[in-house]
Formats: sequence, structure tokens, C-alpha cells
Amino acid sequence: MAGSTLRFSLLLAAAFAGRATALWPWPQYIQTSELRYTIFPQSFQFQYHLSSAAQVGCSVLDEAFQRYRDLLFGSVAFRFPHPIEKRHTSEKNSLVVLVVTPGCDQFPSLGSVENYTLTINDEQSLLLSETVWGALRGLETFSQLIWRSPEGTFYVNKTDIEDFPRFPHRGLLLDTSRHYLPLASILDTLDVMAYNKFNVFHWHLVDDSSFPYESFTFPELTKKGSYNPATHIYTAQDVKEVIEYARLRGIRVLAEFDTPGHTLSWGPGVPGLLTPCYSGSHPSGTFGPVNPALNNTYEFMSTFFLEISTVFPDFYLHLGGDEVDFTCWKSNPDIQAFMKKKGFGDDFKKLESFYIQTLLDIVSAYGKGYVVWQEVFDNKVKVRPDTIIQVWREEIPVKYVKELALVTRAGFRALLSAPWYLNHITYGPDWKEIYLVEPLAFEGSPEQKALVIGGEACMWGEYVDSTNLVPRLWPRAGAVAERLWSNKMVSNLDFAFKRLAHFRCELLSSPESRHTPHP
Amino acid sequence: MEQRGLGRLRLPGLLALLAGLVVQAALGTRRTQTPRLSASRDLNLWPLPLSVMTTPRLLYLSPRNDFFGHSPTSKAGPSCAVLQEAFRRYYDYIFGFYKWPLGSDNIPREMELQKLEVSVIMDPECDSFPSITSDESYTLLVKGPVATLTANRVWGVLRGLETFSQLIYQDSYGTFTANESNIVDSPRFPHRGILIDTSRHFLPVKTILKTLDAMAFNKFNVLHWHIVDDQSFPYQSISFPELSNKGSYSLSHVYTPNDVHTVIEYARLRGIRILPEFDSPGHTASWGKGQEDLLTPCYHAREPSGTFGPINPILNSTYSFLSKLFKEISTVFPDEFIHLGGDEVNFNCWKSNPAVLRFMRNKRFGKIEKLQSFYMQMVLDMISAMKKRSIVWQEVYDDEGELTPGTVVQVWKKQNFPMKLSQVTAAGFPVILSAPWYLDLISYGEDWRQYYSVKPLNFAGTPEQKQLVIGGEACIWGEYVDATNLTPRLWPRASAVGERLWSHQEVTDLDDAYRRLTRHRCRMVGRGIAAQPLFTGYCEHEGGM
Repeated sequence: MAGSTLRFSLLLAAAFAGRATALWPWPQYIQTSELRYTIFPQSFQFQYHLSSAAQVGCSVLDEAFQRYRDLLFGSVAFRFPHPIEKRHTSEKNSLVVLVVTPGCDQFPSLGSVENYTLTINDEQSLLLSETVWGALRGLETFSQLIWRSPEGTFYVNKTDIEDFPRFPHRGLLLDTSRHYLPLASILDTLDVMAYNKFNVFHWHLVDDSSFPYESFTFPELTKKGSYNPATHIYTAQDVKEVIEYARLRGIRVLAEFDTPGHTLSWGPGVPGLLTPCYSGSHPSGTFGPVNPALNNTYEFMSTFFLEISTVFPDFYLHLGGDEVDFTCWKSNPDIQAFMKKKGFGDDFKKLESFYIQTLLDIVSAYGKGYVVWQEVFDNKVKVRPDTIIQVWREEIPVKYVKELALVTRAGFRALLSAPWYLNHITYGPDWKEIYLVEPLAFEGSPEQKALVIGGEACMWGEYVDSTNLVPRLWPRAGAVAERLWSNKMVSNLDFAFKRLAHFRCELLSSPESRHTPHP
Repeated sequence: MEQRGLGRLRLPGLLALLAGLVVQAALGTRRTQTPRLSASRDLNLWPLPLSVMTTPRLLYLSPRNDFFGHSPTSKAGPSCAVLQEAFRRYYDYIFGFYKWPLGSDNIPREMELQKLEVSVIMDPECDSFPSITSDESYTLLVKGPVATLTANRVWGVLRGLETFSQLIYQDSYGTFTANESNIVDSPRFPHRGILIDTSRHFLPVKTILKTLDAMAFNKFNVLHWHIVDDQSFPYQSISFPELSNKGSYSLSHVYTPNDVHTVIEYARLRGIRILPEFDSPGHTASWGKGQEDLLTPCYHAREPSGTFGPINPILNSTYSFLSKLFKEISTVFPDEFIHLGGDEVNFNCWKSNPAVLRFMRNKRFGKIEKLQSFYMQMVLDMISAMKKRSIVWQEVYDDEGELTPGTVVQVWKKQNFPMKLSQVTAAGFPVILSAPWYLDLISYGEDWRQYYSVKPLNFAGTPEQKQLVIGGEACIWGEYVDATNLTPRLWPRASAVGERLWSHQEVTDLDDAYRRLTRHRCRMVGRGIAAQPLFTGYCEHEGGM
């Protein structure tokens, strides 16, 4: 069904090269007409349908109504429409929202249903969805359908939309360790994510460079590991605020605490955690990855991840596991002795596996699922079958397309990021390349394809902070968003360019742009 | 021929004067061939001055309202707007961060720095516009209780104030501190520019002014304003209002005469020249909308195809239009130079047009390049008649038989640019280099290093030829740049070019540059410029962002 209706809908869009072309990402099914209805900001309301499971008091939707009101009409000096215009069109003074399944206070999850249908015609103006999360997606689409005439009158065209995401995990990674990002930058990003129907904020909180997450069990981590413990930290309150702000937009917060590599900033706050590197027979004074040979390490991790499991409500945690450098482990005599004792021989991948497996057991015991970077799979660490493997390497050890085939053939679920490292910049419209990636273009059975749960656009922070984050991220990440939401056949670059250019201008005129650091 | 000298040939004279100043400062600093540095503490200066000597002796500043003042012997006084405005700005940059005045009661008298006294030796040029020959040299003597900043003209004072502000830091108690120092400084090249493009995307005036602020922090002194191009014509002309009425993106994407005046004056107060570019005969599609018959109708199979090419060089009406337009431009923009463009002319349309071909036959122009020369020569003559001088892109030199002496050639094509510099200077023309500094061409990582490592005089030529290199420009073309990303894309990458053009040629250490530039970037962030990071790390004061 999807194929033929889609061709049909694309044709329609071309025919009415007017208003519907403002949509981003493109819905699964859309039918729209030249017939338009006037909207009067004074009288327009979002309403709950009488039989909706969500009613007034539903925080997610109450707040969303308020947000979209402000977005649509907030800065408008209300005035009556031109009398001539009024005679020709009928009026729509509400959007009625009907949510089938109750639940306004939970958190979105990987299994959340985001489907919705939007019907604007003579009889009704209805947004129907299974869950509040679907209603959020529909509200965004509705807001993109509304347009203004040069005289300032608001209109919405007769439209029929049936929409659902292609992939359930549509993420954006921000790195707050290489550079600290102020809370406002993160919240602004969540807003723009919602405009693009992203639903996962992958928060790469800590890394070698700094440890801004303020742990209440181990406050020394931030005191000694952040760039500045007075200003460059995320307090418990900050984290709560991010999680709630995201929830209200139907966005999950996937927290990453990457170990055993990428942990230099952990060292100063937890003596003995990192492996002392040796030069010859003496400690060189430098440190390597987390020390996998000590019981203390696992006691620490156990306590630390208990906190993390409580603070972050999402079922999944990201445990990292990428780019472990074995040189330091190799140099350390205690590690060598431990290897011998365990019968690992010279195979440091076995040591890495040992560490990761122990950590995974700890986290599993807390009732959490986990995502790891592809090295954990590449190095043949034994992981639980429900582990999610994030594919990030473009060429090595194999091309990412091949890696997806390997990961899914082994029966693991996969997340794709390799072609979407947005921190890598080049001259010109690189969004096109980003846009044309087809996540399922690998050799594999339909079952394997079904294991690809989505992807993530990654904005690593080596060269990015709040001065350049916004223009570097948007609208390039928008290309990823559409790839992950829309039907795979939506891939015409000219059609995308037109809509994306329009969407970018919409982003600029929304209130967030007033908060961004850029003139 | 004497015009060719420009600033470079006069520089020895300036240096002599400068030496005089130093003696006057009674410190006996001698000019050296390489920059002198003796620092007791890491210096955060950017661009690095010609000669810096500091001692471990610390001075504590008292942020009094009258911290900056005129020396009794100065030729400039409180009526000098350039200086009064600069005093206010730099007071704010140095002390303005902190809402409360920090007491100076506890400062021992012998360690106190109460005042910076500014002394202008010659006619200060308070009401003039900066020019290519403006003297930007200065000496700065930081000692207690009164520091002195001495310069021949206000332009040197502006550069010296920036340097002074970069010497001040807050110690761990929050006291404003500087090391006793003695700085002698002057630029290596007189033309240090940033090119912005307001045609591919319109840049709001606010954004341009912000750019001028950042330029002053990096001692840039020319804003090359590529104001119009194919895509849009935002310059509102008094004589031809239809050009922007019909050729701008929208009526709110226009620079009114008042906007232009604001930019020019804001720049003047910072010692920055505004160099307007009205590029022709190519890159003019947007001109055609508001000026009928200006562009060449292109032909296809003996019929006009309905599309238009470069400006039509065969009509008298073209030249009377241009004459009137450039007359206006030469009045609106006070700078001695006008940039006439002349790059990337597509000859296909001219070749297709029967009237153009007839004209060429009558004029006995064998090659189509002759027609471009003919056109450029007409415009160059117009500009000379208006007592202005011209700058052109390198193609004009390449195609031109005889170019008016004194015309400045801007070299922009990256391939083999040292050879081009060699050719153009051998022919006796002054040059501006931008080929290695197209900052709109972005790539991943620390590309500032490659901009920094450019050696502008590394080409085959005599010392006289080298002196014809009057400077360079960092160009940020606008195809993919507007107000949303201009500032972080431009800074601090352009700062690398800023130091290359200001500092001595021996200043090339990348590690030291990285260290200083990281801090300079944080300083810009603290002053409200969203300059992007060089690499991982943080700034103490990111609040402004």
C-alpha cells in the first residue's frame, strides 16, 4: 500500500506546489487540496475530543497546545481578516485531539507508538492518535500545515494525513565533554528535535576531556573532572530538567557513560580507577583506560551505575565501549599478571570482554537494557541477545553497510550513525549525501532488516560548542530526521531541497532562534 | 609611477619616526629585525606585536572612570571622537565584565597603575577616514603609576589600545593586573582585509557591525564589502532606486543610504576602511532587473533566448549608466579605492549576440578577451576621472593589454598563486592576496593552521616586487553563509590571517600561536563574538554566548 499511495501523494504535492510542500519530514500518506479554511488566532483552540483518553490535565498535551499556540500565533498582533477573504472561505476554529490509550505521565520508550491521522475537511478538524506521543507528532505536522497570506490571514488547507515513523529510534547525539554545552543550548536542541520528529536525545555526557555530570554518590568526579566545577557542570536539577523537557516533547534521553576507554576525566575524582601506564619497569605517571583487574573498579561501577539507573528513567543506557587503547594495559605488570591468572594469553580483547561483560551484568541486574558502540560486537564480547549495537565506523573493520549485515545476522538490533557524523564538515550542500543514505541497503533477510531500529545523527564536540552548535547542526540533522521518519521512497533531492529550505526559514522565525547565540 | 609606492615604500620613514618615539619614551628600546619577546608570564597577545618586553613586575589597575586620558602634550584632546569612543569601548572591554567596582584601596602605591595616558604626536586625523597610508604604529609603555601610549596618529592609538586591553588579566583575587611592559608595534602590511558577501545572502547591519568589532580585536583595517552580485542587489542607490527595488531579495533586504553611512562611520571609529565592490561586467544578473537594457541579451539559434549575460559592453547607454552610478558610489564611500570586480566573465553570451559580434568586428578585436579589456578600461578610466583608484580581480590583469598603472590586482585563484604574485608584481602592479584564504571553503579540523602558515612573500621576485604586495584579505563568500553562521565560521579562523598580515614574518610557531589564539578566542567570546573553538576545552567566561 505504502508504495502506490506515496507516488500518488508525491504527485499531489507537486500539483499543489503550495502549502503541503512546507512539511518536514514528509508524512507517509497525504492528500491535500486547494480548498482552504481560515483560522482566527483569537478564537482558535486545541480541544480534547470528548471520548479522548487524554483530557485537560494531561501535562504532555496541555503544554504542547500552549507551545504550538505560541509558535503559530505568539508574535502576531491579532487583527481581523480582510473582509473579502472572509467571504470566500469557511472557518476552522479548533483542532480536536483524540488519544485512544490513556497515559500522560509516563516516559516515551522504544516501543512507543507514534502513529497519528490528521483530518481537516468540511466536517471535521481532527487529530487522532493511539498515544500522546503520536498526538505530539501530529501537532507538529498540523503546525507546519498552517500558512499566512501576505495580508496576514492564517489558513489551513483541506488535508488528509496518515502518518507513522519508518524507524522507532531517531536520535541525535550531543557531546558535552569535549566542550560544555549550557543547559539552554540543550533545551533549544530538544525543541528543534521535536520540530524534526526526532525522538531520542543521546547524551554523551562525559569523556576524556571533562566530567560535567554531577554525581551525588561520587561528587569528586565533577569537582576534579569538570572544566570548572562552579560553572561547567550539570547538577541533578539540570539533568531532571532536561529529562522532563524532553519527555514533554516525546523525546527519550539516552545517557551514555562510556567506559573503559574515553575515561581520563574520571581519574582525578576516583583514585585507583584508571590503569597506571608503565614505561619500562616504572609507572610513567600517565593513565590509560579503566583498570579491569581490580575488584574496586567493579564496586565503583556497581554503585555509580546504580545511581545512573535511577537518575535516567529510560530503559536503555549507553555503555560506550569504543576505541579502547590496549597500549597502557599491555605496559602494566599487574594487568599482565591478571591476564595470566585468567588465562587470556596475549589477547587484550579478552580482557576488554571481561570488563564489558562484568559491567553488562551489573547494569542488567538493575533492570536496564543497553546500547554499545560496535567495537563491543567486533571484539566478540559475549553480550545479551537484546543488546543494541550502534554502528559508527564508516570503513574499518568493514564498510558500515557490511557491518549492519553482520550485526543483524548475529541477531542483534542495530543503530546506524556511521554516515551521519555531522561534526565532519565539508564545503557545500552536504545534506544531500546525508539525506540519500539508505539504512537498509545491505544484504540480508527481511528479519535482519527488521533488526535495524533506526539511527542517530552525531555531533561530536571536539570543534563544537555553543558558539557554533546550532548552525552546524541545523538543518543538516533535518536530513537524517526525514530519512528515519519518512518512507524510503521519499528521496527526491529537488523536492527535499524546496521543503528543507522552507523549513529552515520556519526554524529561524520560531522563538528558539531568538534564544540562540547568533545574531 | 609614484602611486605604486603605497604604504610599503613609505614605511622606512615611519620606522624612523617610531624609533624617535622610542627614544622619547626614554627606555632605549632598539628596533630589531626579529620580534623581541621577553615574557615573565605567558602573553595572550594577538596578533603578536613587533617588539614586546615585559618584566616580572606586576602592576595593579584601579578601574577609575578617568582611567584613559589625554597626555597634556598630545595633539588630540577630548574633542577627538575617535579616541573618546575608543576610551569608552576599551574601558568596557577591560573592566566592564564586573558589575561591582573592585576597590583599589589596598593596592600599594608603588604597584598601582592609575592611568593610561595617550599622546598623539602629529596631526591626529580625528575627523579623517583611515586610508591605505594611515600610520598605525604605536609604542606602549606600561609602568606605574601612569602608562603611556604614544602614536603619530589616532589610528596607532586604536591599535595600541587593543594591545593594552590584551595585556590586562585578573589575578586569583580578581584584581586587574598587568606586567610592566614596553611594546613597539607596527603592521607588516598596510592592507589587512575581510571580505563579506551581502548578495548571496543578505547580512543585517547588526551583523556587519559585529564583524567590524571582531576585526578591530584582530587589527584588521579593511572591510571589503562585496555588496552586490548575481543573486541580489541590496545596495539602495540614490540615482537608480530601481536597482534595489527590483534586484534585492525583498524590500527588507536592502542597505539604505543611512545603513551604509552607519557602517562607514562605525568602521572609521575602529580605524577600518570600507572598500565597496561593485563587480562587473559579470556577476550582475541582479542589476538587470532594475535597469533595462543593461545586460547583454543572449541568443540561441539567431533568436534572443530570453536569458541575459554580462553587462552589454557595446552600448553608450551602458557607460552613461555606469558613470552616473560610480559617481554616486565615489561620493557615498569615502575610501580612495573602489573595487571593480572583473572576475569570471562568461563570454558565451557575448559570443552568441550578433550585435556584440558586429561591434567586435568594427573595433577589430580578434579575441573576446579584448572586449572585456575594452569594457574594463572604460570603467577604469571613469574611476580615474573621479580621482579614485581601482582594485580588480586577477582576471582583469590576465586579460588586459595595458592596465592603468597603479591599479591594484587581487589574486584569488589558489592554483599557483605565488607565480601569479610574481607576474603581477613584475609588471609593476600592487597586489592583494586572498587565494589561500577563502574561509567559506570549510573542512573538518584545525584548518586555521594552514591559513596561518601561508607566506605571502614566498614567490620569485626582487625586493621591489615584494614591496608591491600591499596585504591580503580573508574572504567569506556567502553561498552557504548568512547571519546564522557567519560569526563562528569567520572567527577565529580569520584571526590566523590577521596575525599573518600584522606580525613579523618570523612569527610562525604553531604551538605558540595555538596557545595564544585559544585565549584570544575566549577573549572574543567574552566580548560577545561567537567565535568557534579551536579544539576541546573551555573559556572562563562563556556567559555572553
